This record gives sequence, C-alpha cells and structure tokens, in this order.
Amino acid sequence: MPSKLEISPDQIKQQQLYKEMGLTDEEFESVTNILGRLPNYTETGLFSVMWSEHCSYKNSKPLLRKFPVDGEHVLQGPGEGAGIIDIGDDQAVVFKVESHNHPSAVEPYQGAATGVGGILRDVFSMGARPVALLNSLRFGSLKHPRVKYLFEEVVHGIAGYGNCVGVPTVGGEVQFDDAYNGNPLVNAMCVGLIDHKDIQKGIAAGVGNTVMYVGAKTGRDGIHGATFASEELTEESQEKRPSVQVGDPFMEKLLIEACLEVIHHDALVGIQDMGAAGLTSSASEMASKAGTGMVMNLDLVPQRELNMTPYEMMLSESQERMLLVVEKGREDEIAEVFRKFDLEAVSVGEVTDDQRFRLTHLGETAADVPVDSLAEDAPVYHKPSRVPAYYKEYQEMDRYVPAVDNYGETLKELLQQPTIASKEWVYDQYDSMVQTNTVVTPGSDAAVLRVRGTKKALAMTTDCNSRYIYLDPETGGQIAVAEAARNIICSGAQPLGITDGLNFGSPDNPEIFWQMEKSVEGMSEACRQLNTPVISGNVSLYNESFGGQAIYPTPVVGMVGLVEDTEHITQSHAKNSGDLIYVIGETKAEFGGSELQGLREGRHFGQAPALDLQTETKRQQQLLNVIKQGIIQSAHDVAEGGLAVALAESLFNGGLGCDITIEGDPAAALFSETQSRFLVSIKPEDQEAFEQKVEDAILLGKTAGDGVYRIRAQEGTVVEEQTDELKQLWKGAIPCLVKSKD
Amino acid sequence: MKFAVVVFPGSNCDRDMYFAITDALGQKADLVWYQEADLSSYDAILLPGGFSYGDYLRSGAIASTSNVIKQIREAAEAGKPILGVCNGFQVLLEMGLLPGAMLPNKHLKFMCHYETLKVENAKTMFTNSYEEQEEIELPIAHGDGNYYCDEATYTQLKNNNQIAFTYKNNPNGSVEDIAGITNEQGTVLGMMPHPERAVDSLVGTTDGLRLFQSILTHWRDKHAIKA
Repeated sequence: MPSKLEISPDQIKQQQLYKEMGLTDEEFESVTNILGRLPNYTETGLFSVMWSEHCSYKNSKPLLRKFPVDGEHVLQGPGEGAGIIDIGDDQAVVFKVESHNHPSAVEPYQGAATGVGGILRDVFSMGARPVALLNSLRFGSLKHPRVKYLFEEVVHGIAGYGNCVGVPTVGGEVQFDDAYNGNPLVNAMCVGLIDHKDIQKGIAAGVGNTVMYVGAKTGRDGIHGATFASEELTEESQEKRPSVQVGDPFMEKLLIEACLEVIHHDALVGIQDMGAAGLTSSASEMASKAGTGMVMNLDLVPQRELNMTPYEMMLSESQERMLLVVEKGREDEIAEVFRKFDLEAVSVGEVTDDQRFRLTHLGETAADVPVDSLAEDAPVYHKPSRVPAYYKEYQEMDRYVPAVDNYGETLKELLQQPTIASKEWVYDQYDSMVQTNTVVTPGSDAAVLRVRGTKKALAMTTDCNSRYIYLDPETGGQIAVAEAARNIICSGAQPLGITDGLNFGSPDNPEIFWQMEKSVEGMSEACRQLNTPVISGNVSLYNESFGGQAIYPTPVVGMVGLVEDTEHITQSHAKNSGDLIYVIGETKAEFGGSELQGLREGRHFGQAPALDLQTETKRQQQLLNVIKQGIIQSAHDVAEGGLAVALAESLFNGGLGCDITIEGDPAAALFSETQSRFLVSIKPEDQEAFEQKVEDAILLGKTAGDGVYRIRAQEGTVVEEQTDELKQLWKGAIPCLVKSKD
Repeated sequence: MKFAVVVFPGSNCDRDMYFAITDALGQKADLVWYQEADLSSYDAILLPGGFSYGDYLRSGAIASTSNVIKQIREAAEAGKPILGVCNGFQVLLEMGLLPGAMLPNKHLKFMCHYETLKVENAKTMFTNSYEEQEEIELPIAHGDGNYYCDEATYTQLKNNNQIAFTYKNNPNGSVEDIAGITNEQGTVLGMMPHPERAVDSLVGTTDGLRLFQSILTHWRDKHAIKA
C-alpha cells in the first residue's frame, strides 16, 4: 500500500516510531482499534497531528467547556475559524487570538510573522475583511542578549508581515519578566468586519463536489509544527528551526483580496485556511463538520519540492494556503477569480458520502481512515490537579508593603520598568493607520477604529497581568477579563465579547493544571458577570524552557467593544489645564504581584489584589454612562505601577502638569495596584453632574498648565517633577535597554 | 473630475486613496486593476502606497515594468496630474519619471507616525492650496523612504523648484530633508508622506485633503480657461 521506501506498519509499532510523532502507547493502540489494523506511516502522522493538543485540545477541552460561549449578539461561537458578534445594521465583528510561541522561540522573525499570517487567514476565511491586528507579547529580561534578540526580531516579524498585507496593527501589550526568559509568548489577534450575508463556513458539503487547493505550493517547511507546538522547549528545539514555517505576506495579500471576491461567487460551498496540521486538518475538519467524507489525489497537490511523500504533504505547514469546496462542474469559474491575482486554484479531490478520509498517491492508497476519527475522536484527558505549595505559602504570608522614602525617585524608577515604559519603540514599527479607520492609535487604553459609513466604532485591546494569575489564578483570571473591559469602557465602548489565548506550562504537571483550571474558572466568572462571552480562542501548552521552568500562567484576553457613536470616543490623555482629576474607587495597600514589588524584591509573592466583580461592573457601567453623556474629558484604568503611573501616563500627551492631594499612606495611594479603579478628568462645570452619577469618585485635584507633576500628602509635597522629564525617562527606557550592549 | 487609482498586486493604500477622492474630496474615482487599465478617460492618475509585488527585488521595481506603465508615461507626456504616494513614489522613481532613488530608512526600521512637513513650493498643481513655507502634519509609514540623489540632481531639483515638501525633522535620512518632489513640468508628484490618510479629522489631520483640493482647483481653472 505505501510506497516502497516507506517504513512499514510493523516497524512503526515495534520501534515505537509513533512516539517520536507525539502519540502515546495508549493513543497508538486506540488508532489501531479504530482502523482494525496497524496504521501506515502516513496515517500515523495524520493521527499524531490531529490528536496533538494544538489541534484537538485533548488536555484543555474539559476546561474550555466552562467558558460561557452564548450571548444574544453571538452569531458564531468557538469551533469555526473565528468567532462572530453582531454589531447591528447587518454588520458583525469577527475576531480571534492565536499563539505562535514555540516557533517564535527558535526563529523569532518567521515565527512571529507567520503567527500574524495564520490569524489573518482564520478571519478572512470566514468571509470578513481583516481591519485590525493586535498582539500580546511576553519576553524575559532585556538584560539577556538572546531575549533582546527575540524581542527585536519578533517585533520586526510582526511589522514585516502586517505592514505588507495592509492591515493596521493598532494595539497590544508587551510585558517583560524573568519567567519568560527561555520561552517568549507571541499571541496575535485579528479583528475583521463582515456583512451578515457574507459569513462563510468551513464545510465540505454536497457529495460529488470538488475540493480545490489555492495559494502557495506545499513544501517541506513546518512539518509536524502542531506537534512541535505541543512539546516543551529543550536544547534540541533549536534543531527544529526547519520546522518553523516561512511566511510570504505578498502571497497572503493576494489571497485576502481573491478570497473576499470568491465568497460572492455562488459556486463556493465552503472555505477554510490551512493552519496548524495544514492539509490534514483543513480537509478532515471540513468533511467532518459536514458529515461527509473526502478523497484527495495527492499527485495533484501543488508541490514546491521534488519527491514529496504523502506524509510530508499532509503534515506540511507551508503558509498562505486555502482549501475550498466548490460545486462540481463550476471549478473553472472559481479558478478564474483567482487567476486575476496570479493565483492557481487546483482541483485535488472530491466530497464523498462514506465519511472516510482517503488519500491516493502515485496510484496507490496512501491513507484510508474514518474522517471523524481524526477531527472528533481524539482522546480527552482529565488531568489531575493539585494546589501548589507556593500558593498555600503565599496565601498565608503577611501582607507585603514596601517601605518607600523617596516617592519621586520611585515613580521615576517605575516609569522606566520595561513593562510600564512607553512602547513607542515597538508600535512605531507597525503601520497602525492603513485603511484609514484608526481613530485612537496605539498608546491609549484601547485602540478604536471607526466603522466607515456608520456612526459606530470598534474598541479593542489585549490584556493579561500574569503575575496576579501566578499568585492567585482564579482572582488573576477575573482581573484579566475585568482589566480588558476597563480598557474598553475607558475608550467609550460597551464590551461585546472576548477571545482567549491560553498560554500555560505542561498540563502533565498537576500544579500547572491547577493553574489552568483556576484561571479558566476565574475568567469564566468574570465573563458571565461582565456579559462578555468567549467566542474564540487558542490553547498553547508546554510553555516551558530549558530546565523545566514554566512560564507564568498567561491566559491572554482579547476583547472587542462597540462604540455606539464616534462622539463617545474617549482617550486616556488629559486635555485641558484646570480640569478636575478624580480616581474612581478606593485604594488599599495591595502590592502582591505589583510592579513595585518586582522592582524592590526581584520576584513576585504574596496575595494578588482582590477583585469584587459586582463593584467592578457597577463602576464600569457608571463610567460608561457619563462618558456617553459627554462629561468625561479623559479616562484611564489604573493598572501596573498604580495611581502615580496612571496619572503620569495621562499627562504625557498634552504636556500638562497636575496638582493633586492624596489621603493616607502615600506609598499605597501612589503605587498600590488595587483593582477596579479609574483615573478620569472632567471640566469643572461638570463636577455636580459627575459626582451625582459616579458613586465612588474621589476628587484628587486639578490638571495644571505649568507642566509640573505635583502630589501633596498630609506631610507636605511628596512628588514635584517636570512632567516632561518624567516623559523622557518613560519614553527612553526601552530604546536604551535595546541599545545597551551588556 | 475623474481620478484613476491604479491597483497593483500588493498595493494596500488603494482603497484609502479611493475614499479620499470620493468621500472627502467629493469627486469620482475608480480602482483600476493594473491589467485592465485603460487610463485614457481619466483626468488624474494616482499611484497608491503599499507593497506592490511584496517589495521583492526593490520597492516599486517590478510594478514599474508592468503593462500599465506605458499608459502612465503617455498620461505624463500629455501633462495629466500624476501623484505617487509612498510605494507609488517608489514606482515613479523606478520608472524614471522622477529622478533619484530610495534607500532603506537610516535606522533600518519601518516607521509610522505623523511628521511635520514644510511646503517648499506652493505654486504646483498639487500644492496651490497651501502657503509657501507652510508647516503641515502628515503621516508617514515606510521602511524604504530615505530619498537619495547625487549633488547635480539636487542642484537641478532646487533650481527648477521641483522640491515640493521637506521634513522639518528628517526621520529617515533623506537628502536635504526631501519628502516629495515633482518633475520639471510640475505635473508629476512623488511623496513619501500619505496625504490620503489625512483627509478626515476623525482619524487625523485634514492637511492632506488640501493636496487633492489643489489638483481639483488646478483642473477647474484649466478647464474654465479652455471653455
């Protein structure tokens, strides 16, 4: 059955070659039972990629079921290329986040670039025009030369791909912590806009219909990428550099335009991109979803290299490829659409009624397996979970409160921490304006894009403070969702839903699995409370580097909100001298996981800040309400570094100063990271209306035209600095760290 | 007035240019695919930004050899306004319709932000709505925007008033801060900054809109004279 040189089924079994492909003994036995015989080499490969965590979610499925996925506006929840939410006027927003951590760890430019390419295809394969890209990045300490290299090249890769395809990169977050020294995180999110009537599905319906292949030729790059992504990084991972795909954004741009044309053609039945596990996953999933089968002749697959085997073709993750199902007899009409863009659409197979997935190569059968066994029948593991010792220890600790004697110097140090410092060095490399819809460019709480031809706009953000999640996954998970929602609210939008990018260490470690479990429970609770269903997502496990150090649990939240009227769009930057400054929400001394704790102690410990979801919801809705009434001049969530940092950030764009007075212990008032707080500025004449409508608002002082950042406490003036000097420190920190040679 | 926006494979500011003309300027525009182009009926030709042919070989190099180029040359000879922005400017340089060449930015990084420009010549058909030496704000977004020409060419550009815009704070290393130049006749303008991104106050400044208004004003004047 297989070609002469291929390893025989007996050899696969005896030499346990399936293990190298990532299948366990039990899984291999289960495959043998499904087939009623030993699988051949190609078939073993098909099962190994489709049953990898990356494709099957076999370890995370029981947890993902906890997420609320329904909502009155949800048109498409998890399961398709990306989720879809209604935004009125027969329009909808499509979005999803995806990780590309492992490839980026070994080949940062291509790893990051193809991460962007993959998430774009997830969105335009739904029929949506991609209108924005965001990302969420984690790196180790910039003191390490390799981390510096990874940081520069990841940013370069994101820019190289996103800029070329003409989709603006409008926002994101970058954080730095030793926990990511060997294992950076690169999560890319794409947001698309679609008319309801154009929504596509990745289904292979209609027995006899033709399967067509479009886009780049298949090469030997990225073979077994999905499996690679489901293992820990080791010293040998560097040898897997050839396993990393190479992107061609020009090809992607042609595919975007061609696919957005072809979706209007009535001969098109289904469309899906070839992402992880390439041809195998797209073809088998399309058939499985439609309840059909598929036969493909691999000799017809466009190939970039000579003598490719079925195994190589099916497991290749060459980029910029799409799979289409079209009405039989109308293949030429479809091919014609692609020809305009110099793309070749080739018939490679047929939809069958036998629910089998059959491949032929050089006149022989290369694989013949039940289609559902690949896409649906992967095992599901309920991993053991155990409360980590560190968590118990942290919970029992006394509350950590740092001693601060010089508040001005502390503020300056905080502003230069790379996690807090200006990310201009990063986002200046991204074209954030192409498509000319970007109303709020990077640097505010959330990016905002107008919906052309309407009064509406979309606000979007990515968020996750993984330090809190490490200290307390359940509370931290809630905070991640709440903080994302705060950013959306501050920009004048109502949160619509989220996409989750779950990044964790090895689920085989019960303590890591506990982190996963608790953070998903925390996120789910916050999503229910804030009415933001999870409509899509991605799971990346085994984020552990040389020596088994796991990353901080990092479930990234990508959130999109709807601005009803562009008049409501608000930014974090204070506008006028003499405006009143308020903080909404009281401050407690909460320093566990804070930026100041990291700065002082070099590590994070103790309890994460507390969160009360009811208070959170109330404050968010009250703030949004006054924003819509035009009372708010600027709004900014209080996050890393506390009030002092939030205040400085809100002044940097306008060159203003401030004169405020704080109550209680200045260290807590200025640097604590108590949750559910907002910093806002209003015009003096709106004081009464504002205070009436926002319950927990505390008046701090005023913005000042003199450019001096001044904070008074009971003991007198505690900070007096030139705003501009603070800004220079904040702005210069990352360029300085990147340039320094030690 | 009717504008053609020529779309090459990989152009990505084509729709922005189209909307600048139709929505902001209120004139007619067509997106014209490079292979189907018949440019004879258009009053002005716009070459948009982007990454034509993925910037492979050199920015703008492959597009400058495509079939539509012959028609663009004819339009140039006929004195029709031709505007190339960003990648469109690179195409005009590669075609030889404008002198000089483009190098990678001096810091070798793509950059995207607003820059202050100085209007060096407010008498062209592209700049007649600006004041001489006026400072305007336009976005840049490029990796290869470091304009280069030799000294003799620069002297010529200077003497013929072909320098349309300069940067106030040169971001990319361009010779003599050059941001945009015209041909000798003043009918072809190439510039790296994006006027089409600055036509609506919701998403930025409106300093770019006046460039398109200049083209319209010139066209109306010309036709009024003829009529």
